[in-house]
Amino acid sequence: MSSLETNALASATEEAVTDYILAQEEKDQLRFLTCGSVDDGKSTLIGRLLYDTKLIFEDQLAALEKDSRRHGTVGEDIDLALLVDGLEAEREQGITIDVAYRFFATDKRKFIVADTPGHEQYTRNMATGASTADLAVLLVDARHGLMVQTRRHAFIASLLGIRHVVLAVNKIDLVDFSEERFNEIRETFEQFASGFDFETLVAIPMSARYGDNVTGRSENMGWYQGQTLLEHLETVQIGEHELNQPFRFPVQWVNRPNLDFRGYSGTIAGGVVKKGDELVVAGSGKTSKVASILTPVGEADAARAGEAVTITLEDEIDISRGDLLADATARPDVADQMAAHLIWMAEDALLPGRSYLMKIGTRSVTATVTEIKHKINVNTFEHVAGKQLELNEIAFCNLAMSAPVAFDPYEANRSTGSFILIDRVTNATVGAGMVWFALRRATNIHWQALDVDKAARAESLGQRPAVLWFTGLSGSGKSTIASIVEKKLHLEGRHTYTLDGDNVRHGLNKDLGFTDADRVENIRRVGEVSRLFVDSGLITLVSFISPFRAERQMARDLLQDGEFIEIFVDTPIEECKKRDPKGLYAKAEAGQIKNFTGIDSPYEVPENPELVLKNFGRDPEDVAEDVIRYLRDNNYLLSPSIVSGGGGI
Amino acid sequence: MDMSVPGLSAERLSNLRRLEAESIHIIREVAAEFRNPVMLYSIGKDSSVMLHLAMKAFAPSKPPFPLLHVDTTWKFREMIEFRDATAKRLGLDLLVYTNPDGIEQGIGPFSHGSSVHTHIMKTEALKQALNKYGFDAAFGGARRDEEKSRAKERVFSFRNSSHGWDPKNQRPELWNLYNARVAKGESIRAFPLSNWTELDIWQYILTENIPMVPLYFAAKRPVVDRDGMLIMVDDERMPIQPGEQIEEKMVRFRTLGCYPLTGAIESDADTLPAIVREMLIARTSERSGRLIDHDDSASMEKKKREGYF
Repeated sequence: MSSLETNALASATEEAVTDYILAQEEKDQLRFLTCGSVDDGKSTLIGRLLYDTKLIFEDQLAALEKDSRRHGTVGEDIDLALLVDGLEAEREQGITIDVAYRFFATDKRKFIVADTPGHEQYTRNMATGASTADLAVLLVDARHGLMVQTRRHAFIASLLGIRHVVLAVNKIDLVDFSEERFNEIRETFEQFASGFDFETLVAIPMSARYGDNVTGRSENMGWYQGQTLLEHLETVQIGEHELNQPFRFPVQWVNRPNLDFRGYSGTIAGGVVKKGDELVVAGSGKTSKVASILTPVGEADAARAGEAVTITLEDEIDISRGDLLADATARPDVADQMAAHLIWMAEDALLPGRSYLMKIGTRSVTATVTEIKHKINVNTFEHVAGKQLELNEIAFCNLAMSAPVAFDPYEANRSTGSFILIDRVTNATVGAGMVWFALRRATNIHWQALDVDKAARAESLGQRPAVLWFTGLSGSGKSTIASIVEKKLHLEGRHTYTLDGDNVRHGLNKDLGFTDADRVENIRRVGEVSRLFVDSGLITLVSFISPFRAERQMARDLLQDGEFIEIFVDTPIEECKKRDPKGLYAKAEAGQIKNFTGIDSPYEVPENPELVLKNFGRDPEDVAEDVIRYLRDNNYLLSPSIVSGGGGI
Repeated sequence: MDMSVPGLSAERLSNLRRLEAESIHIIREVAAEFRNPVMLYSIGKDSSVMLHLAMKAFAPSKPPFPLLHVDTTWKFREMIEFRDATAKRLGLDLLVYTNPDGIEQGIGPFSHGSSVHTHIMKTEALKQALNKYGFDAAFGGARRDEEKSRAKERVFSFRNSSHGWDPKNQRPELWNLYNARVAKGESIRAFPLSNWTELDIWQYILTENIPMVPLYFAAKRPVVDRDGMLIMVDDERMPIQPGEQIEEKMVRFRTLGCYPLTGAIESDADTLPAIVREMLIARTSERSGRLIDHDDSASMEKKKREGYF
């Protein structure tokens, strides 16, 4: 608010204040993000906006003056950037390193600013800020013009669905307020940005440090007739894109206080809903009509995108959290595969085939990237091939989900078209995705309903099929023990099969090497094959180093409860090295083999294996007997078996 | 879009309605995703707004979580009365927790100073309470505009098993997709009011007519001028130093906490519009009324790393 108005308020009557506040209630909100390279003056610009809009209170300024003496970079002036650089460590380094949110308001709008850093390694921070922004302010230093980073910022803004862009040509004072220089930068940018689908694109010459064209018109640039930054932010028309889309409502919460009320609570992600509208539960295809709408301000006949409401329906149909209610005449995609842009946000690379938790709307499913179609160089926009995705890289991928999910393309709806990926072991948010389209391939493959099923096969074999998954270091004795276990089972007349590195690596998986990505794919295939064997009724022994928890979990998830028996062959690495039956440790330590588990590639010890075998110093026969006992004690070996071949006596 | 829909205005959702919807979304998301959430209720204006939003989020049901007040035993008496009346009026479960070690050692702001008192009776007490009940998520009414380190905090703010916050290792937070996954012992602090400013809060209180503790309104109260702060003499535990005089002054509080640590301001504002008017022309930001934030501008970040809200 302007200082004039502040003074007016001081003498205003209470009624006038009440009126003023009630008028403010209709104030609009604009969320924008600022991005620029180091030293473009981004923090100074935000500081200037906050300062000029009089939302910096006196004691904050007092604290600021104290801080400036310690860290300031502008001599005697108050350093506006210090207003916004938050955390201790960042102030010491003089840089902003994470996303921070700032607030200021004028009479027309309240502004929420996502302040994001511009260094190369922080693509993820910019994407985070952009995901909720309506507009992006891209800063450039007038002396340097467009930088590689500017291109990257424009690309990420566009990818995240921002439709309004301001090019803030800052530090114009340092090029003598040159109109020629400004036009040169503006034209270059317009040319380059024409490939993106921005609705508005405005360039403004300014000096954040001295305030020219930020909130007040510059006296140094008579040639500039356009709006100041603040005028533009106050007046730019932001259409509610999602409002013009079909009705979408991810169910967050089923509200059931008593038998007479069954409401579905959530935030409307697209369109409008009215009493009597016909809605469909996207997953099940069941339909009903809207009986009532409860909004935060009471019962209503209609509600719109962005509102948090509770809807009741005319019919009792099965709906729970994670379902998507939609306009029955304009339904979303429902599929278990999709193509999407994915931004990777974790130090550990994305590995195709590894399973992650996907949160999409209010739904959580497991998902794997089945294929990286191409990575995108964020500076040149070139497509590059890649087998895995590193921190801050962006790729176009195919994903497969564990169950069909309802969604829209991100372009149509930022809310129903976005998802995050979560690491299943660390629980970290590791990826952010934007749906491009549903893949239809999967919907054409229907499972054959077979008359002879798993239970029937198992019964005829007189056993409970399961996978005995032996994991441990190379040389730990996995294969030796597995082989004895199989012999013992065979002697009992059990039906078995062993999958180990040798028989699989030479055939099914001979196209795979030993990179992390290939190891994941190796285990995925072995997991799938063992699942088929279990389906056929066999006791399947798998003997693989399988060093990663996530992959063993993935194999476990393919099977039903009780069908996956994880057996950790726990032999100290010193002993394994001593044994070194194939001379591999020696080679790995000499650097002749790369990515060798235990040497230069990690082994993640199982957290809750069904069985731990400490075989060091024991007879392998005895160790194998431990496994047989486990199977017997847990009812895997049901009836006394009929020993084939013995009947002739 | 069909703009002829009755009851639907053609304009964009206003700032307050957007904030309200966002907060309700966050509150529902926590209730749905966590096994055992709790709402920290500090009795102040932000807590009152948060509670009001929680009531809306689950209407016509009640919020499916209890309220927790960490009582340092030094809160204003009127706060405690208001707390109990509010829980009763809304029919909600209220848990009150006080650090028993602190009681045993007789910890208080006068005898031990603000920093020890706050650490033991607030930060430690909160951790004890969360551990005792096994809460895996706790709502707090903090806003990002309050203080610099808050500006970077997530809406779902991850805490390790000792309740510490690591500003360098925060989960990216995109769209309205909040990551609610925690391992045993870890927890999330959820901040539904992250994007509200002080002005938004007061506007909302006014338009929604939300009940407030009377301490926010100016009245004649007994105060002592101590180190430039007006401290209210709320009970007989307040030691009066030589040379100090108890004066009856028209004062009110912009922020509420432990009475010995909370400075009053001289004011005649005894109605909501008057308070808002005063706030709009205010020349001191709200936390300056709290002694604990005076020590060092980075003090809040340190406290939060240790588990403070």
